[in-house]
Amino acid sequence: MRIPDSILQIDRRIIFLLIGAAVCIPLLLKPRFQDSPTPIVQSIFDTVERLPSGSRVFLSFDYGPDTAPELDPMAKALVRHTMTRGHEVSFFTLFPEGVGQIKKITDNLLPVEFPDKAYGRDFVNLGYKAGLGGAINTMVVNFRTLVNADAEGTPLDDLPITADVDEMVDYVIILSLTAGDPGLKEWIQFAGDIAGIPVMGGGTAVVAPELYPYYPQQLVGLMGGLKGASEYESALVDRYPAYRNATMEATMRMGPQVVTHVLIVLLVLLGNLAYFLGRSGRADRTGRTGQGNRTG
Amino acid sequence: MDVTLMLWIDAALTLMILSFLYRDNPFYKFAEHLFVGVSAAYLMAVGFWDHLVPNLLGKLFPSLMSGVVPGAVDRSPDYYYLIPAVFGLLLLTRLIDRWAWLSRWALAFIVGGAAGFNLPRFLDSDFIIQVQSTMIPLVVLDASGNLLWGASFSHVVLVLGVICGLVYFFFSVEHKGVLGHVSRAGIWVLMVTFGAAFGYTVMARISLLTGRMEALGAWLGSIF
Repeated sequence: MRIPDSILQIDRRIIFLLIGAAVCIPLLLKPRFQDSPTPIVQSIFDTVERLPSGSRVFLSFDYGPDTAPELDPMAKALVRHTMTRGHEVSFFTLFPEGVGQIKKITDNLLPVEFPDKAYGRDFVNLGYKAGLGGAINTMVVNFRTLVNADAEGTPLDDLPITADVDEMVDYVIILSLTAGDPGLKEWIQFAGDIAGIPVMGGGTAVVAPELYPYYPQQLVGLMGGLKGASEYESALVDRYPAYRNATMEATMRMGPQVVTHVLIVLLVLLGNLAYFLGRSGRADRTGRTGQGNRTG
Repeated sequence: MDVTLMLWIDAALTLMILSFLYRDNPFYKFAEHLFVGVSAAYLMAVGFWDHLVPNLLGKLFPSLMSGVVPGAVDRSPDYYYLIPAVFGLLLLTRLIDRWAWLSRWALAFIVGGAAGFNLPRFLDSDFIIQVQSTMIPLVVLDASGNLLWGASFSHVVLVLGVICGLVYFFFSVEHKGVLGHVSRAGIWVLMVTFGAAFGYTVMARISLLTGRMEALGAWLGSIF
């Protein structure tokens, strides 16, 4: 078999092994690829940064554990930033599995990194609400109709952070971390465009291309996939050097991303090269055979 | 649950699923069926406790649901919710051939309600405001009147990209001459879009693989 043909017929398991190695080796060696924030990510950071301390922020975890490797780093970066700035954060989710994602933040990250922050005063978990876009619409029309208690059933009036929240517009910004439908798109359609609340957030790399058209008129900013999360982390570290020693998951995971992308680009080039070399070789052989037939 | 046990279950199921990369096998089938079964059961439980209980039973029988629906104890029954209850039951008539036609009423309500609910929002957010967003100056100047090359280039690309993309989908006139060239440029715009989406999808999948590899690393770390 000729070299181009053998490349084109390579066993796909070899490709899997190469991809596995491209992910595992950087994970072991931990190379650092420091990102710099692009304008679309920087605008989220600047908006959160410019809000006066104590501003009410609505953070919706619209994803489940299946997309956590992409969206958890965004959630942690946003929570670190909002808490450092002293904002009051209401956690919420339109995904039933999002409840577990919120608990990871409230049970693991906040008590360790922000022990002085108290539940009900600095942050609250409003839990999951069914209804997709309709739930957002109801919240915009009459917030208390849908949300009258936190995830544990404590009435909003009994929690200092939500006692004065009567309408959705009492929140100065809406942040959503999106894995699909419902997510940022619905927050734009049913809250941002109707109530005029600035909407921003992050999405998995699969949904990000769908969301870019809303920037900048309907969407203040967008973190697209792990790269977006990594950019936000770098903005956070630049502004707050105390986070230099914190575990920045997205920045760490950019190592495998870079190596794997280089590998995939090389494989695509190699595949194309083999295809065209093989095609020209076959054309040459066909041409020679055809000539022989004519003279014979 | 014990963290070590969770790590072992996590690692075992990950390896079972990844074994499919070599070839189909009983371990993969087991993990696949387990995932489907657990997901279906989870969604049924969520459907009952997070949808039916607070949104229907809690409205119709608040005193009975006071233990599970916050604030229900203070409410009086809202009998308007009998209407969605009946429509919900009508959907179940699909299970009986003779009465299956009744489910169409509920389906018609769902389709009509969803269309009416979503149409104005999509029309506003995904059409009118999107058209507005495309009506931008092709030459961007800063406050001092200097030309901003980068922003101007972006705006030109955006406007031309939208026009070419739209022309490609404009089938009322044959794509010949100038229209043919613009349409061909529209194909290039679409190809760039698909390429960008593919690149993003690769990033998403590698992110998920990285997450699984980290989980396997944590499992191996707990052993050694």
